[in-house]
Amino acid sequence: MTERFASIDAVAEGLAGAGYVADRSIAGVVYLADRLAKPVLVEGPAGTGKTQLAKSVAEATGARLIRLQCYEGLDESKALYEWNYRKQLLRIQAARVAEEATGAEAWSDLEDDIFSEEFLLTRPLLEAIRASDPVVLLVDEVDRVEVETEALLLEVLSDYQVSIPELGTVAATQVPLVFLTSNNTRELSEALKRRCLYLHVDYPDPERERRIVLAKVPGIGEHLADQVAGVVRSIRQLELKKAPSVSETLDWARTLVLLGASSVDAEVVRETLHVLLKYQADIAKAGRELRV
Amino acid sequence: MAGFVTELRAAGLPLSLTEDLDALEALRHVPLVRRDDVREALAATLVKSAGHRPAFDTVFDAYFSLSPAPVEVAAAVEGVAEAGGAAGEGADLAALLEEALRDGDDERLRALAEQAVEAAAGLTAGRPVGLSYYLYRTLRAVDLDGALARLVAGAGAPSALEQRLVADEFGDRAARFRAAVEAAIRRRLVEERGAEAVARSLRRPLPEDLDVMHATSDELAALRRALEPLARKLAVRLARRRRHRRRGHLDFRRTLRRSMSYGGVPAEPRFRRPHPAKPEVMVIADVSGSVAAFARFTLQFVYAISSQFSRVRSFAFIDGVDEVTRFFDGAQDIGAAVQRVNAEADVVWVDGHSDSGQALTAFWNRWGTEVTHRTTVILLGDARNNYHAAEAWVVRSLRERARHVYWLNPEPRSYWDTGDSIVSRYGEHCDGVFECRSLRQLARFVEQLG
Repeated sequence: MTERFASIDAVAEGLAGAGYVADRSIAGVVYLADRLAKPVLVEGPAGTGKTQLAKSVAEATGARLIRLQCYEGLDESKALYEWNYRKQLLRIQAARVAEEATGAEAWSDLEDDIFSEEFLLTRPLLEAIRASDPVVLLVDEVDRVEVETEALLLEVLSDYQVSIPELGTVAATQVPLVFLTSNNTRELSEALKRRCLYLHVDYPDPERERRIVLAKVPGIGEHLADQVAGVVRSIRQLELKKAPSVSETLDWARTLVLLGASSVDAEVVRETLHVLLKYQADIAKAGRELRV
Repeated sequence: MAGFVTELRAAGLPLSLTEDLDALEALRHVPLVRRDDVREALAATLVKSAGHRPAFDTVFDAYFSLSPAPVEVAAAVEGVAEAGGAAGEGADLAALLEEALRDGDDERLRALAEQAVEAAAGLTAGRPVGLSYYLYRTLRAVDLDGALARLVAGAGAPSALEQRLVADEFGDRAARFRAAVEAAIRRRLVEERGAEAVARSLRRPLPEDLDVMHATSDELAALRRALEPLARKLAVRLARRRRHRRRGHLDFRRTLRRSMSYGGVPAEPRFRRPHPAKPEVMVIADVSGSVAAFARFTLQFVYAISSQFSRVRSFAFIDGVDEVTRFFDGAQDIGAAVQRVNAEADVVWVDGHSDSGQALTAFWNRWGTEVTHRTTVILLGDARNNYHAAEAWVVRSLRERARHVYWLNPEPRSYWDTGDSIVSRYGEHCDGVFECRSLRQLARFVEQLG
């Protein structure tokens, strides 16, 4: 197996090149995922860059990103593969016409024919397994599927293969990097967790947040970025319904830049707090606590 | 390594053999000289839930505390000592600490922590006292809180907002110093007693297993943080189960329409979505001193998942009873609403000692007729009645009217019916009496309600 990254530092650098500011633990887990050929289960609050991590890894390694968005009611025909019924029906009807014209075509030939790859619709998981070019597979919001559907993922995640009864087993030619993200709305099954490396992505500390702001918001000054990170840290310490996520921090920083603010003062905070916080009660509370 | 995994299991982490092997495999790939990398590698393979991470860190620190290059630390300590002249006195250390905090110099903070522990903790071999005692002594000697207050005051922030920002920044640095002191003490304890003993003494229950009645304020904060995600998870699970418990009737129209694309063969049957009714809940909580924390906590939890019930009404009692639903209606901040219950509800009738008999009778007289066959009544309390009359007939009558009546008791089962506890007098008329001391037990109970 080819190794994608030489060291943990190389991961961090690669991700930085793709515009993702990774801390040591994120880089470490991505590196391990590569070396151990194991999927990574990324958990954490919404808006902390879980999905972005997979995208950035794909960009950093020059791989294609294949994304499976999970939702309630997802089944194998949407995740793994599906037979193209309509095309199969047409094929059978065509065969019947041909039969009348020429005389004979054995059913077994026809069966082999309609259960061949031509009639197979690949879905993300199978596509990732069959890809000959390097791919990164992202299984997004895996906590949304039912527990029973999780089982679908197990074969793919542990053995990197898919069994199709009519065709046999399709094994991966190269091991894809797999990321599963979860917003932790329910406990995932033990079986799934056991097969994965676990990475908890929390809100970044002010230093990392500052770097993220600097990397993602064009035209922002060091001083302002510093203050943005500081204010957000103070707000996150309060008990709120919904703490501001990184994406909201970025929105706020962009707002400040657009408003032409060079530094954060009480008035600016008061007027733009609604960008950071989405509940009226939270805004009131934060305003009170920060005395703006 | 084997001892490490055993200790993690003892701390309550569910670890299988696969995870153990993965961890060993992972260690082959990371630079062993970097402690942080080793920690992350082990955490990624062994810890599969964010709530378990603190427990993991504690055990990790105990088992792998000797590794951070001691030479380097010693050198740093000397450097600091030179800078501050003949250091070692508490006052000198405090001044140095203040300076390091102001500059935010992590290296120096760590070195100072070492030195402070050396000078002030007064570690003596064989004394059976814990980490927190030494931590307290050390921090008092260097006057961390005082330094913090002086720094914030001295920063000269022009506005209230900036002052707050500065205070938070220094607070962060102080927390790092505190952690460094803790690590230094832990290392010395491990040297003296061995990793196993230290890890055992530091073992804490996971947040969901904490005993609500005896939690410290730190632990209560951890509980509150754990409550919200747990409630969310439970709500999702309840909603899902309700929707999937049975399929609805066949939706003939949609099935036929679907069949068109298969040449009229109804290959994909479609079903209507079922709409089962949500239960209506009445919570009657004892809010007297002995069980107040538990009541507060349970109310908070019930309201956090109130979307799963068609209606939640709550009542609080000590020896009088009052409906407190109004405090929660439209309240965005459940914690604040619970505070108001304590402050404003009219729950004391005579002397402010629990009298569930009196309170239940009053409840029956005022609200008894509003209990219907759709209502689930949940009674919270330790049923310690101060030897008043039990009036258990109220519970019996409630049960005749209501769908279910449950009693949740925050005391361990072995204490039930001792002293003035009369829980079984009520219990015989309930559909179930549950011991409910931790978040986990509470969640299990609520799940079977839905």
